Amino acid sequence: MARIDLVDLAHSYGGHHADPASFALKPITMTWRQGGAYALLGPSGCGKTTLLNLISGIVTPSRGKILFDGVDITPLTTQKRNIAQVFQFPVIYDTMTVGQNLAFPLRNRGVPKVEIEARVAEIARLLDLTPYLSRKATGLTADAKQKISLGRGLVRSDVAAVLFDEPLTVIDPELKWQLRSKLKALHRDLDLTMIYVTHDQTEALTFADTVVVMHDGRVVQSGTPAELFEKPAHTFVGYFIGSPGMNVVAAEVRGREARIDGHTIALDRSYDALPPGAKIEIGVRPEFVDVVAPAPELLSATIERIDDLGRVQFARVRVGDAKFAARVPPGFAACDGAAGLKFDPAHVHVYADSRLVEGAAQ
Amino acid sequence: MKKTVNNRAWLLVAPVMIVVLFSALLPMMTVVNYSLQDAMAENHFFWNGDSWFRDLLNPHTEIGSRFSGALERNLIFSFVVLLIEVPLGIALALALPRRGWAVGPCLVVIALPMLIPWNVVGTMWQIFARADIGLFGAALTGMGLHYNDTQDPVSAWFTILVIDVWHWTPLVILLSYAGLRAIPDPFYQAARIDAASRWSVFLNIELPKLQRVLVLAILLRFMQSFMIYTEPFVVTGGGPGDATTFLSIDLVKIALGQVDLGSAAAMSLVYYLITITLCWIFFTAMTQLDLLKET
Repeated sequence: MARIDLVDLAHSYGGHHADPASFALKPITMTWRQGGAYALLGPSGCGKTTLLNLISGIVTPSRGKILFDGVDITPLTTQKRNIAQVFQFPVIYDTMTVGQNLAFPLRNRGVPKVEIEARVAEIARLLDLTPYLSRKATGLTADAKQKISLGRGLVRSDVAAVLFDEPLTVIDPELKWQLRSKLKALHRDLDLTMIYVTHDQTEALTFADTVVVMHDGRVVQSGTPAELFEKPAHTFVGYFIGSPGMNVVAAEVRGREARIDGHTIALDRSYDALPPGAKIEIGVRPEFVDVVAPAPELLSATIERIDDLGRVQFARVRVGDAKFAARVPPGFAACDGAAGLKFDPAHVHVYADSRLVEGAAQ
Repeated sequence: MKKTVNNRAWLLVAPVMIVVLFSALLPMMTVVNYSLQDAMAENHFFWNGDSWFRDLLNPHTEIGSRFSGALERNLIFSFVVLLIEVPLGIALALALPRRGWAVGPCLVVIALPMLIPWNVVGTMWQIFARADIGLFGAALTGMGLHYNDTQDPVSAWFTILVIDVWHWTPLVILLSYAGLRAIPDPFYQAARIDAASRWSVFLNIELPKLQRVLVLAILLRFMQSFMIYTEPFVVTGGGPGDATTFLSIDLVKIALGQVDLGSAAAMSLVYYLITITLCWIFFTAMTQLDLLKET
């Protein structure tokens, strides 16, 4: 149980002298608080597994420090770091029964027998493995094996954190949902810090109370699911989270107005000090743009198609060269594919070189 | 989907069947033929029933005692070979680098002995082991050891064993190395997370994952060592006395030296059956282990 601090941590698989732009993990400084449920979210190759392996000590960082409760543990080996990790594919010890598998990390650390038995029984109960405890682990199905791997990760009560590296990849969708809820419940019961790596936004948003979004070796935003949704700090977060992703279009922004395609959109805040020469874009989630009947004061658009997602409909529209996704309010009837777009000014954000710019309130 | 029955498919396997017929089946039937008959001069054959086999399997006859003696030496030899080569091969495979520039050169150097033909191996070692001019023999003698592979049975056995270990441990190393490389990294990483000792990693991860290649290694090494011929033939000539006279050596002596075709045929058939039976037992035992583990 510990707070984990990463101080200027960076890693390159090409060695210390590699070009900084090629680093698998660009220098980051951040804190993971004790007891948090974190998700590390990002596409394949964004550096999330590297970050996880750095924390567990499987990979030694090229630069920077890792502190557990303020103590520098960077030079310590994985065994000495007091960390648990669950991998993408099930790892079980073929020679042992399910119970012996679960007991293994405790036995190796010299935990008293009585305590091991109690802990194994508890974890087996939480993961519904009790009926299998005395069975050999080899003959079980992939998802039962992965449950054993999860169990070995959770069985130690004194770990600084439990790291999960896309642990539900091999699990059927139905069971995935159950196991994820189970993990969330375990997080509450066991009071462990959990860091969960995934490229699946649903998985990240349902599991974590803090989601850390990574892109190209950098942490681009860290926040609650609501923050990521309502105020993406980077256009990448806008695209990556939400379905369909955020609309991002080039615009001219002056004061409280943004101009797209010769049309002016009102903004909630004032942007007077935009960095000169930067690429300026506005971003707005489809949920905050409505397609309505065309009107002179609205941005006019051509509807290309309407996707019915059941609970809600989204229209794919075109404004000049730019593509938009926008919500179709109930009762809207398209006429000749022409429509007007109505923006919710409070949710239109301005980005300079892909990063969010905070406007002034007045 | 329903399978179609078309007997013309036999035509596809016919060429292989014909080759096997001429290369294996017909020569073997000749051997069966010899084993049941007695041959006189000018190719007169008489039906002899099973008496060659009865003599062979009765240790009180001359041929029977030779056979049982050679069989015993063969079994001891194969057993010792497996006992040395399998653990040694695994140990060396574990010691090899897993990645990096050294992998290629290491594997090539290790594989070299396997590329040398048997009779060359024999000749090399015949000279190498000589107590007067051979490096190996002279070195042992120089250290004050009593070593003479042509006069002392212990030296002779030691030499043949060393040759086989040198020649064929590389096979076990390469098979084990391939097996070890096939183990995904997360197994090792998980073991580090679980604070497993090196020994425990070996017992609980590496050895179980090696089981399949080890079945192969043990079968191959058993078969080859059980049929050992060239090395003792060239290096010790089966001696001193009959100390290194293995079944194959004795068989050639009986068939080509004494032209005792009936005994030789019976002996080679029994030899063949023993090899096949032992291989079957090994194979079944080791694959049954798999099934046992799963229940």
